[in-house]
Amino acid sequence: MSVRRLADESVQPASFAFTAENAAWAEKRIALYPEGRQQSAVIPLLMRAQEQDGWVSRATIETIADMLDMPYIRVLEVATFYTQFQLQPVGTRAHIQVCGTTPCMLRGAEDLRAICQKHIHPEPHSLNEDGTMSWEEVECQGACVNAPMVTIGFDTYEDLTPERFEEIVLAFRDGKGDTIPPGPQNGRIFSAPLAGQTTLLDDVENHAGTGTAKPVSTGRPDATRPGRKRKVGQEAAPAIQSPAPANAKVSLEEAESENRKAAGPARRKPGQAMREGATGAESPAIEKTAPVTPLFQAPEGTPDDLKLISGVGPVLEGRLHALGIRKYAQVAAFSAEDIARVDAVLNFRGRVERDNWVGQAKALAEGGVERYREVFGKDPR
Amino acid sequence: MLTDKDRIFTNLYGQGDWGLEGARRRGSWNGTKDLLDKGRDWLTNEVKASGLRGRGGAGFSTGLKWSFMPKVNDGRPHYLVVNADESEPGTCKDREILRHDPHHLIEGCLIAGRAMDAHTAYIYIRGEFMRERQHLEAAVQQAYDARLIGKNNIHGWDFDIVVHHGAGAYICGEETALLESLEGKKGQPRLKPPFPAGMGLYGSPTTVNNVESIAVVPEILRRGSGWFAGLGRENNTGTKLFCVSGHVNNPATFEEEMGTPFDVLIDKHCGGIRGGWDNLLAVIPGGSSVPCVPAERIKSAHMDFDGLREAGSSLGTAAVIVMDKSTDIIKAIWRISAFYKHESCGQCTPCREGTGWMMRVMERMVRGEAQKREIDMLFAVSKQVEGHTICALGDAAAWPIQGLIRNFRHVIEERIDAYTYKSTSDGAVPSVAAE
Repeated sequence: MSVRRLADESVQPASFAFTAENAAWAEKRIALYPEGRQQSAVIPLLMRAQEQDGWVSRATIETIADMLDMPYIRVLEVATFYTQFQLQPVGTRAHIQVCGTTPCMLRGAEDLRAICQKHIHPEPHSLNEDGTMSWEEVECQGACVNAPMVTIGFDTYEDLTPERFEEIVLAFRDGKGDTIPPGPQNGRIFSAPLAGQTTLLDDVENHAGTGTAKPVSTGRPDATRPGRKRKVGQEAAPAIQSPAPANAKVSLEEAESENRKAAGPARRKPGQAMREGATGAESPAIEKTAPVTPLFQAPEGTPDDLKLISGVGPVLEGRLHALGIRKYAQVAAFSAEDIARVDAVLNFRGRVERDNWVGQAKALAEGGVERYREVFGKDPR
Repeated sequence: MLTDKDRIFTNLYGQGDWGLEGARRRGSWNGTKDLLDKGRDWLTNEVKASGLRGRGGAGFSTGLKWSFMPKVNDGRPHYLVVNADESEPGTCKDREILRHDPHHLIEGCLIAGRAMDAHTAYIYIRGEFMRERQHLEAAVQQAYDARLIGKNNIHGWDFDIVVHHGAGAYICGEETALLESLEGKKGQPRLKPPFPAGMGLYGSPTTVNNVESIAVVPEILRRGSGWFAGLGRENNTGTKLFCVSGHVNNPATFEEEMGTPFDVLIDKHCGGIRGGWDNLLAVIPGGSSVPCVPAERIKSAHMDFDGLREAGSSLGTAAVIVMDKSTDIIKAIWRISAFYKHESCGQCTPCREGTGWMMRVMERMVRGEAQKREIDMLFAVSKQVEGHTICALGDAAAWPIQGLIRNFRHVIEERIDAYTYKSTSDGAVPSVAAE
């Protein structure tokens, strides 16, 4: 379990009060639960207080306990048990929550954490020098197919590369967080496959974004506008109240302008950059700890697609390039000694021979994919 | 292989209007009153006949669960609670329903409420899903405004829906912890019995269902239980939202038939494994709490409850985490251990202490700084956590480690050898200190 304590007395404010709007909201909220069960509203009220002030102070806890007729200790228990409550002040412009759980870790969350440490503070839950930014590593945020991702305020920023994330961090630091469209950052449509949809292709209504890599929307779920078809949405739900508080980190006006910007041609180029960057979680770390010196003289010309060799992924391809291996012919001409050297450097334990890299590379070098098919009776990979 | 006309969630990628208008165009709220008028027993039996098994992980028959609610009302209200606290690492299916097709869920709540004699539903959504919550609240408001739900609605069954939310506690996905949390307390699971169907929320009969289980019900009833039962394999019927993350070329969420073989699923929807099938190391097929399956055993496994049990794992929430050969498998499992250590509620000693202990030993094994006999000790301790706690979090923390040791023991041993070799060649004394 996680042990959490209230912030030091020196930063605790003397009192807490809901704004008039939030107080009215709280009253309605409490009335949703059956008579005598108003305690149920404790989490929503604490969350609203956090949205108002950025964090939960002792005064907040005591005020809410009084509102709900609860002993202070019961509300303190709740505030310390649920890890979404921030128990110390957070950055005024952004508190960045980096998801670090396995699905995000597999796709490079550790690099994102390093960027937070570099630009904000080496320690989580600590403010940067001017108090505008803070960060923490959180557990699974439930956007695993869009890994790696971060949450900032109400929004998630998904499918990140270290480069893109660095831009986002710096934008928020400079107070320009509203220029970043939330959602997937590589142009895909929510959780649909990046290369294009494989399902829901028949339905006319769902045809909006198929077949093109260009995103139809920013991926921003907007509280006041159902769907992305503006006209339909407005007709469908004229009376929906925005559940977001007035001082939510992104106001409606900002969201509008954001949508406009994102819809324009200035949208960041999708696809390619992302794919190049996505070399996997482990590779940068490995390269950092064990710098690889080239074993071979890298030949001139464009490198062959080594990934066609069964058993070689993008990560491995990068490492082979670092060793100076760039052509099929090189792999095909491996001597037993070469294999042993590659094996030792990449810590393979015989994978080169097991997967028959030499035979595969020979076929690819001789006649490309066709020859490979002839020899192995299947497509490469 | 499923065709689009058999898909239930036709706005999965949010390209249509998620509001009431769009939902109606996609068929929601069509003839709901006729279904409700057929009465409680018909609804329950029809869901039973469809073979729908709970989509939250355990795979218990949804219709059977509904039938556990008391038949005679003793004066206490009945409650339906929808578990939208989706926090299992790897899982992000309910998110798509909540933000892109919330009316499926709302209509399902009304029907399920009728089937269990409940007039109130609470939807407990995880605190991190803030935009999703806004969509859901707006959709509920639309349903109230159109008098689809509420007092004196057009369906003739008074029904209130309250959208409640948590604040970042994984354990609140456990049904009794969720009820505690809904009552405004720490989310610590309750001892069972009494079961929620007898004494749940506020001491009243309660049924807790997963979002997906409830959201598919209206379509099942409209198309008939035979349609749903005809999809998939025997005892594992219907369609399912899969979320595939990790080292595939195109991670995605999609709806597919139950029992589809793993390789078909990946090749068709995810563009294959990164680096080809020979680059596949292991797969966690059902969210972080199920054991991982090595490449050779997963490839042709049927992706459903029974198929994955045969493969030595479990379907869980159908959250598939794929790992290729660039993965440090020990570290991947260590991170899952760290997750469970963070999320243990602290109520039962074996879990509170055990999760931290297992994480610390795993941390040393990532570096290889351990003795080989400690592998057996870790396995034995994980067996002592498993099954000795009130809820299943202890089991969930133990299974990934057991799966690792069962399938990848040689990797751990090689790591230990490498560490020991290095330390002696550098002249250091091999580490023997145990925790």
